[in-house]
Amino acid sequence: MTSQDPIIKNIKPMADRMRKKALQLAFSAGNNGAHLGSGLSIIEIMAVLYGGIMKIDPKNPRWEGRDRFILSKGHGTLGYYTALEEAGLISDEELSTFEKNGGFLPGQPVMNMDKGIEFSSGSLGHGLSLGVGVALAGKKRGQDYKVYVLMGDGECNEGSVWEAAMAAKHYKLSNLVAIIDANDMQSDGARCDIMAADYETIWKGFGWDVATADGHDVSRLYETFQAGVRTDVPRAIIARTIKGNGVSFMENNNEWHHNRLTQAQYDAAIKELDS
Amino acid sequence: MIQINSLNARLWSKLGQRGTFGITLLESGRDFENLMVLSADLCSTSGLDRFRLQFPEKFLNVGIAEQNLVGISAGLAKEGYLVFATTFANFAAMRSYEQVRLNLGYMGFNIKLVGLGSGFAMGMFGNTHYGIEDVALMRAIPGLCILSPADCTEVVKATVAAAMYPGPVYLRLTGVVNNPIVNKEDYPFEIGKAIHLKSGSDVSIIATGSMVYHALEAAKLLESKGISAAVINMHTIKPLDTEAIHGACKNSKLIITVEEHSVIGGLGGAIAEYLCGFASHPRLLIIGIPDAFQKAGDYPYLLEQNGLTGVQIAEKVMTSFNEIIHSERIPQ
Repeated sequence: MTSQDPIIKNIKPMADRMRKKALQLAFSAGNNGAHLGSGLSIIEIMAVLYGGIMKIDPKNPRWEGRDRFILSKGHGTLGYYTALEEAGLISDEELSTFEKNGGFLPGQPVMNMDKGIEFSSGSLGHGLSLGVGVALAGKKRGQDYKVYVLMGDGECNEGSVWEAAMAAKHYKLSNLVAIIDANDMQSDGARCDIMAADYETIWKGFGWDVATADGHDVSRLYETFQAGVRTDVPRAIIARTIKGNGVSFMENNNEWHHNRLTQAQYDAAIKELDS
Repeated sequence: MIQINSLNARLWSKLGQRGTFGITLLESGRDFENLMVLSADLCSTSGLDRFRLQFPEKFLNVGIAEQNLVGISAGLAKEGYLVFATTFANFAAMRSYEQVRLNLGYMGFNIKLVGLGSGFAMGMFGNTHYGIEDVALMRAIPGLCILSPADCTEVVKATVAAAMYPGPVYLRLTGVVNNPIVNKEDYPFEIGKAIHLKSGSDVSIIATGSMVYHALEAAKLLESKGISAAVINMHTIKPLDTEAIHGACKNSKLIITVEEHSVIGGLGGAIAEYLCGFASHPRLLIIGIPDAFQKAGDYPYLLEQNGLTGVQIAEKVMTSFNEIIHSERIPQ
């Protein structure tokens, strides 16, 4: 797998477009603000999933054979909605309704099967259990879809994550892939100060097949997703990311966990992305 | 199809509501192709052992993990399964409350959450295991239907009705073994439609779950004291049968609600919330568990301590009714 591979060649510019659109959306949200830090840290993960890994049919969002994606870290919508738009599940016009009163694209996802949004989310620690149920259904029916659940590393503080992790191993859900957006930050600051945990060891301890990857290197991510080998255990991919990735004044700066952009900040961010 | 007759009613009564629930699923297992029954490590005590053995492909034990119980149920329901998620009522309603709110309420998945051993059924287990706030909590979640069967025969009816109902349900099971019989023969059961068990012209007792039997006992005692009491079985707490409430108001000087649940937020609360929207209505007496944690005891002891036996209910009704009669005699 090289960066010249045609699929990967398309993913990188897709991610670049998504990052720019994410900023546009956050700016358009005005005083509502948006979860910029987290949205930007998952851009490449989402681009790889929707641009190369997942089986989906934008013309038939309810297609039974589709791979299922669950944004357990519901505040990552800037990365999610922009991926859905790139994948053709929502239109550019619809995307521009982000965080508009009464709209269907609020700050955290609302289940909408016509737009490829499988579940409502936002409260942390729920998505993996949902994924276990969906993966079990697939196994029971002999369907070969995969279930991808994207969680935050801070989200893994939640005990319910580990109830689900235990169950997924017990039920041998090899069709379930958890992706941990490991940006080492959470709402109140650095993860090591708030709740330090060696997630690689813990996920392994729960019996999962664990891989790590640079969460902003689309080639490496693509390769890691493709490399699923074991047929008897679920898989955790720990994606090492940078919160606010791509905009230097946002990177690793928790002021941008949830914030609003001024015109000057927006212009500076776009200028940096264009350079 | 499970047969309802006096012989079965007696058998089920001996087993109690939990055991009867297990039998109902066992008998209905083949009727619902997409059925999945989940337990949080309470298979045996839920009367589900035989179901698990007969339908291993339709049964899942998620371990002692109630949040995950509801989350997995939601994933399965999303994929088209009809899911019965079972555990003790206190755990179902409280440990996994947010999962219930989001998955059964907000997303409206077709999950039947079964609260086993609610009220004081767990006896000597004590307050950690009592289900005295579950209706208040479940009632506050938009879109959730709440069923509370009066006896074991009604457990059969309610379980089947819940399975047919196209939406989320909280099925609250009360009482212990040797559950008193209210319904000996088959009868029409419709979600949201209360059942008039007895007519009366002075007061109307609206009861739910285990308290329906005790309300009937109370009504007999009241009749002997010259007070004519109607008894209504409000097996569906949400959506509330408001027509039945209006009927009761028309014919009574006093409305009494009786439930094996806190006096806050249960059936009495639901009816009070409804009636307060009207300029005038009869006085409402809410009989239930006082707003306090109780000393542990066996089931009959707890009913007695909380004033929930037929005799005690009748006494409370008489006191309240006499106050009304007395005040009517005093010139205004």
